[in-house]
Amino acid sequence: MKISPEKALAIATLARLEISPEQAATLGSQMDDILGYMDKLNELDTADVEPMYTPVDQAGALRVDEVSREFSRAQILKNAPETDGQYFIVPRIV
Amino acid sequence: MSQLFDLSLTRVRDLLRSGEVTAEAATAACLDRIAATEPALDALLHVAGESALEQARAMDAAGPDAGRPLWGVPVTVKDVLATEGLPTTCGSRILENFVPVYDAHCVSRLKEAGAIIIGKANMDEFAMGSSTENSAYKITKNPWDTARVPGGSSGGSAASVAAGQCFASIGTDTGGSIRQPASFCGIVGLKPGYGRVSRRGLVAYGSSLDQAGPMTRTVADAALVLQVIAGHDPKDSTSIDAPVPDYLEAIQGASLKGLRLGLPEQYWGEGLSAEVDAACRGAVDLAASLGAEIVPVSLPHTEYAIATYYILAMAEASSNLARFDGVRYGLRSTKSVDLATMYTRSRCEGFGEEVMRRIMLGTYVLSAGYYDAYYRKAAQVRRLIRQDFLNALGKCDLICGPACPTTAFAIGENTADPLQMYLTDIFTISLNLSGLPGMSLPVGLGRDTGMPVGLQLFAGNLQEAPLLAAAAALEANLPAMPAPPIA
Repeated sequence: MKISPEKALAIATLARLEISPEQAATLGSQMDDILGYMDKLNELDTADVEPMYTPVDQAGALRVDEVSREFSRAQILKNAPETDGQYFIVPRIV
Repeated sequence: MSQLFDLSLTRVRDLLRSGEVTAEAATAACLDRIAATEPALDALLHVAGESALEQARAMDAAGPDAGRPLWGVPVTVKDVLATEGLPTTCGSRILENFVPVYDAHCVSRLKEAGAIIIGKANMDEFAMGSSTENSAYKITKNPWDTARVPGGSSGGSAASVAAGQCFASIGTDTGGSIRQPASFCGIVGLKPGYGRVSRRGLVAYGSSLDQAGPMTRTVADAALVLQVIAGHDPKDSTSIDAPVPDYLEAIQGASLKGLRLGLPEQYWGEGLSAEVDAACRGAVDLAASLGAEIVPVSLPHTEYAIATYYILAMAEASSNLARFDGVRYGLRSTKSVDLATMYTRSRCEGFGEEVMRRIMLGTYVLSAGYYDAYYRKAAQVRRLIRQDFLNALGKCDLICGPACPTTAFAIGENTADPLQMYLTDIFTISLNLSGLPGMSLPVGLGRDTGMPVGLQLFAGNLQEAPLLAAAAALEANLPAMPAPPIA
């Protein structure tokens, strides 16, 4: 078994998720099944195959870097859970 | 079949253009249809009722504009696409109150073309699912049988088009999410090649796989919508800067004569239900009788596609969904005391189970010690899968196979075992890995379930025009699809 409940909890922490011990057991076992299925790829020898991360050949075509004002501050802050009208507000850090 | 909401998009477009139908009448017909069918279907998350009618009346006052190819046409849009001033939830609690301040590129293209956005379509949360059962809000039902799923993740779009709530919808397809629900609901669903349509404003799931495309009742309608949304966007560096052909012209008088249709052996054997096999083979026989040459081809790495796809999609998802942290938009937990618990609690209160599962798996396959074994390995196999397609397309003009192993399954049938649900995507996901265009065309009803069956066609890079042309030629010779039995 690759994903013990402890391991599942550790992965959740990495992913900034909080899960209960019960969820850790269920998710761990489901992840085990899924990862077990994915091990199928080891049947293939890919030593000489270049990884393909995107289907686009000319990825990285950049537009001209020009400054423009597309949105107002009010628009940018519009969907924020908490603001003071100037900034995003988060719980105190220091 | 003579009611306004039953007409094809191209037909209603002509009636709007000639003034025989007003934009207000078309919009009201769709809103009436929504009111009549939504209690049974749950296809939409938001309906822009009065604002859509106001917009339609203003357009009528100015008069038809022949320069705008979708003038006055009511459409719906999958709720993963940003719509200025209209909620965009991605089917997730975490975006329950999110109202974008801009339009997705394809949405602004629709609006410029004169389309009226009348609703946002339900979907699996963040497009993660194959049945629309993963929506945080409601389960969409199939208009052909409300005990069955409409497919997913663009299930709301498919159901809304099939039921006549709109004349077209924009769906998105990361692993089959346009083509599979199109197949389940008996409509046309086109996944353009990667980069043909801008992804700006499409809330990212798997960025190297996601693509928006038309879901319509006819092939000509799909051609018309693709014409509007295709093309380069300087704000999406992965959108292709290539000329957009005239798709409507390409399908005029289309013929299958001499077209080489490649049938991959891996798509026509084990695992395929008898009724899907029969309906799809019937359509292939019809194509042959119309002059197509049937060529056996092979996509030998098909059996590795699901594992490859889910590793890459989950890895990309775990990275993309890191942006939901309760700071700039979306849900923030009220139970947080410090910044770290604010992140974790906001995400746990906002994300559903399947999204959490995929983020966890994606985090695992990208983590130190596992990256090479999973993520890099899958990216290597992805190249082999793409090469399979290119090799096959060296022997034929289009590849052809069923869209799904079965017709629409029952609600609840595949929810207990996530892996079982993933396996239903076997015929659709390879195409996203390859980046090539493809579509699902309704070819009839399954003899056992009476549910729609979709045939898929795949084409080479930037070959959407011949793809649509072949589909149009086949459609013209198939018996017309009946309307679904929804009241």
